[in-house]
Amino acid sequence: MASETQNTAHAAADAAQGAAHTAQKAGMPQLDFSSYPNQIFWLVVALVAIYWLLTRIALPRIEAVLADRQGTIAGDIAAAEDFKRKAEEAEAAYEKALAEARAQAQKIAGETKAEIQKDLDAAIAKADAEIAARSAESEARIAEIRDGALAAVDQVAKDTAGEIVAALGGNSDASAVNAAVEQRLKG
Amino acid sequence: MATLEQEMRSELTFHPMDQFIVKPLFGDGPVHWYTPTNATLWMAIAVLAIFFMLVIGTRGRAVVPSRAQSIAELSYGFIHKMVEDVAGKDALKFFPYIFTVFLFIVFSNFLGLLPRGFTTTSHIAVTGLLAIAVFVAVTVIGFVKNGAGFLSLFWVASAPLALRPILAIIEIISYFVRPVSHSIRLAGNMMAGHAVMKVFAAFAPLILFSGVGIAVTPLSILAITAMYGLEVLVAFIQAYVFTILTCVYLRDALHPAH
Amino acid sequence: MEGNIVQMGAYIGAGLACMGMGGSAIGVGNVAGNFLSGALRNPSAAAGQTATLFIGIAFAEALGIFSFLVALLLMFAV
Repeated sequence: MASETQNTAHAAADAAQGAAHTAQKAGMPQLDFSSYPNQIFWLVVALVAIYWLLTRIALPRIEAVLADRQGTIAGDIAAAEDFKRKAEEAEAAYEKALAEARAQAQKIAGETKAEIQKDLDAAIAKADAEIAARSAESEARIAEIRDGALAAVDQVAKDTAGEIVAALGGNSDASAVNAAVEQRLKG
Repeated sequence: MATLEQEMRSELTFHPMDQFIVKPLFGDGPVHWYTPTNATLWMAIAVLAIFFMLVIGTRGRAVVPSRAQSIAELSYGFIHKMVEDVAGKDALKFFPYIFTVFLFIVFSNFLGLLPRGFTTTSHIAVTGLLAIAVFVAVTVIGFVKNGAGFLSLFWVASAPLALRPILAIIEIISYFVRPVSHSIRLAGNMMAGHAVMKVFAAFAPLILFSGVGIAVTPLSILAITAMYGLEVLVAFIQAYVFTILTCVYLRDALHPAH
Repeated sequence: MEGNIVQMGAYIGAGLACMGMGGSAIGVGNVAGNFLSGALRNPSAAAGQTATLFIGIAFAEALGIFSFLVALLLMFAV
């Protein structure tokens, strides 16, 4: 019932429009050709408006912004490259200074070492000389003592021999005893 | 005469196509070509939205973009890259028109998803004009650029000689079907999604008249939500597809040799 | 009475036309599934082929939309 009344109402509206498709039910609005000129006209208006907006305002602006950004980024990258190069230079200079300082230090160390070595050598030589002198002196004294001791042994032997001869009841001829002892000691 | 029950049941009538009716904005008169209609209103809203996004959004001209500006730049870069990749560098002089078409379609699709909105791109008249404009432009560009060489598009040189005439007929038919499928794909997708949502919406008030509604109403509301999510996706993908097919056709016109 | 039979035929035809949408669903699923299996084999090449994917989906879907359109025409315009 209700849909029938609606159909009749629709049909009345269609009839008012003078359209031929009064017999249709609800129909597809997409196939209602009477609205086509209207839609096409307003679509063309909308498209022209959008096209105008884009080509006159939006696209140049966006392109400018993008180019600007590209430039800024390129500039920033160049600046960064520059800074990097500077940092590398500074590093090289630092390395150089470090190497120089190291060489200097090595030189100083070498010099000091040589100096110390010289002093040391001198001291050692001096000590050696002293030691040599002392040992020579000691040797001389040892020799002296030994000579002394040998002489004493000689004397003691002669005396002992004389005494022994005397004790045995012989007439001790001192010179003969001495000669005999010397003879024995040499033998 | 109508009993209460009949009246209630009459509430559950389906008018899934009523949302597409083009009506005058003011009064009830006939729709002349100049009459401001709801289609006019929503096209104007689309133009206004594009104006806000691309002109107001970018007015800062900032090197570090604001949110609105980066959306404008993203959309620009998206279509610019698409035209360059798909249609080639020499197609970039048609970029403003392709960008216009893309923006119009994507904004119309999304605005049509607003409740009580009107989807201008669900009308064959609108998408048909867009597709025919592309078709005519591509054909004209093809012949202007390549002369008779444009016809090599239909003469598949890589196929065996005997097959070529048959292939040529198929290619010519598919060439002339292009604007049809190009326009109906967009309009049909938009119409289908909105009509399906409307059908589900018609089930939603069932709980007011019938016990079955306890099960049907939540289900239909859930279905509307799911369809809406799908439609948001479709709204973008169809604009993308329309634009990329425009680029593909343009590539055929600029470089007809396969 | 005759009108009712015509209407019945139209509605049955609309229902039959909807089967075409199932075919396009198979087609779309086929395109997307094959894209995915190819993309998983060679993920680096996948990004460059998304445009082709969408074009393929659009062509497969268009035919489903045609059958939907036929259904709508039968429901509302015949």
